[in-house]
Amino acid sequence: MADVTDRAGMGRAGAGVERAEDKVITYREAVAEGIARELRRDPSVVCLGEDIAAAGGVFKTTAGLLAEFGKQRVWDTPISEQAILGVAMGAAMTGMRPVAEIMFSDFFACCWDYLANEIPKMRYMTGGQVMVPLVVRTANGGGLGFGAQHSQAVENWALAIPGLKIAAPSTPADVVGLMAAAIRSDDPVVFFEHKGLFASKGPAAPEGHVVELGRAAVVREGSDVSLVALAATVPLALAAAERLAAEGISAEVIDLRCLVPLDMATVLASLGRTSRLVIVEENPYQGGWGGTVASVVADEGFELLDAPVRRVAAACVPLPFADVLEQQVIPTVDVVTDTVRTLTAY
Amino acid sequence: MTAGADTGAGVATGADELLGLYEQMAVIRGTEKAAHDLFLAGLVKGTTHLAAGQEAVAVGASAALRPDDYVFATYRGHHHAMARGASPEECLAELMSKATGLCKAKGGSMHLTKASAGMLGSYAIVGAHLPMAAGAAWSAKLRGSGQVAVAFFGDGATNIGAFHEALNLASVWALPVLFICENNLYMEYTPIGDVTPVPNPAADRAVAYRLPAEIVDGNDVTAVRDAVARAAQRARSGNGPTVIEAKTYRHFGHSRTDPASYRPSAEVEQWLSRDPLDLAKARLEALGVAADSVAAVDNRVAGIVKDAVAAAKAAPGPDPADAMTDVWADGGSAWRT
Repeated sequence: MADVTDRAGMGRAGAGVERAEDKVITYREAVAEGIARELRRDPSVVCLGEDIAAAGGVFKTTAGLLAEFGKQRVWDTPISEQAILGVAMGAAMTGMRPVAEIMFSDFFACCWDYLANEIPKMRYMTGGQVMVPLVVRTANGGGLGFGAQHSQAVENWALAIPGLKIAAPSTPADVVGLMAAAIRSDDPVVFFEHKGLFASKGPAAPEGHVVELGRAAVVREGSDVSLVALAATVPLALAAAERLAAEGISAEVIDLRCLVPLDMATVLASLGRTSRLVIVEENPYQGGWGGTVASVVADEGFELLDAPVRRVAAACVPLPFADVLEQQVIPTVDVVTDTVRTLTAY
Repeated sequence: MTAGADTGAGVATGADELLGLYEQMAVIRGTEKAAHDLFLAGLVKGTTHLAAGQEAVAVGASAALRPDDYVFATYRGHHHAMARGASPEECLAELMSKATGLCKAKGGSMHLTKASAGMLGSYAIVGAHLPMAAGAAWSAKLRGSGQVAVAFFGDGATNIGAFHEALNLASVWALPVLFICENNLYMEYTPIGDVTPVPNPAADRAVAYRLPAEIVDGNDVTAVRDAVARAAQRARSGNGPTVIEAKTYRHFGHSRTDPASYRPSAEVEQWLSRDPLDLAKARLEALGVAADSVAAVDNRVAGIVKDAVAAAKAAPGPDPADAMTDVWADGGSAWRT
């Protein structure tokens, strides 16, 4: 079930522990912090990817890891996405816990065989003989003007494949907590880091912070409509909720945090309170994860609804370059608030 | 497991060891023939890619490896599974969709795996497992275990990107991995020479990655064993990967639907005259092994295969509920709450 008030686990910090609220870090710093904590606690954790070691990552999400852990734990690779994931898989099958970076999630297409055919199927098709405990980290999403091949939100690609767990945090503390859970997981986890959130700030995670995979968070309580969001659409939905509140509309915001396992229990419980659902997703409407959420609600939550389910998703076109064009394609606060208003008549 | 683990170049094979290698090859040959017959009888569904004719590569290589080394194979991988210790019964049971199969009937012919014997899978996407073998070698290097990893692959895999990415990375990282190409001259239905600009599709590419390469008679079990022993020694000494290209030939078509009519009959005849089992037999004779001893092995093998077929036929099918197990490490398949 969701935790409403204890989202970052900060309330669990005990006596003698530095209060996490005292420290604010960026989402970008949280990525390196989350990986570093696991590198410290488990010698089988090892990192690999393009430019992650000496350069500290093109987004500086692995800054400092080489200096602290050395070349035997943090490995620069050639631009070889198939080799990166294939090597990670082979190492995961033989006792290591690799954390592999694919620089941009768009490049999943270059190593899709490993994400679609190899990593998620190995355990099943060997009758449970082999496990593949690895994490595939990637920078996902748009809003930065990188154009059609470096801006996509592709979490729905991963969702199409049974056998992958999927995490997509929206805050620095969740980055650390979900990273811990992902690296400790005996199952493969695809870990989406949103490019648009790297500079965002939030409370640092307390020591030992772990966010269980598949546990959504109600990040704002409300009574009129449920906004279900993920990664960068969480702050978007929160901004929309704030604006709607000024109009007297009370929106509840749910951060799914993971797509697999998908915490539909929290979504359905929220609908029991609000009876209206708007799903806010950055991947395209066609084939987007919101379709899966909506279909479960149609199956199991139909009686809870007083209004049609609405999905605010990216338009079904490639991501354009210019800001003014990109804003036409990916979800905005305006579109979310407009969509919510169409439901208040029900 | 074998006397070959520390065998250096040029060490003569003893008659007893060769007889043992011959028996392993004969078991594989007999099991492959049984698989073919079971297919024709309708007891094996889907497809199979038989390795009859290529036994010497698997058996020779296995003789030069440690029990804890890692092997990654292709969808034509029955011989590798058996060479690493899978029994004919558990292989045939898998092909026949039985609960006692290697993979509990979830994998099938193309995915034979016996992880407990270091046989870490058969992969049906061409070339995909070369980076994985490099990864297992990376793991061994990081753990300081002294293990090596081996990727067996076909000639067709040398034209896919994963082959080149794997060789490049393995060379740069000096990984203890052996890339062993079973060049059976055909990329599925097409002669490999028609689609490749170099005569030795694996060995000739190795130079671009500054890797040593060796071309070996893939039908000569001791030649394969010695080449693999040299490469494994190099890998264990910290000197990185080796590419081995074993020239061989498959006796059946690409898969069960392929009569291989595209192969010239003279070529087929020539290769059948160099059957790896016959070559081993001739060498046994030259070493003074009595024909009776070889015949006794043949008889024992026939019994092993016959018993395996009977046991696989008699085994129960999978519990339908097992379709929903083994996705996650907790044994289940739940994707939501």
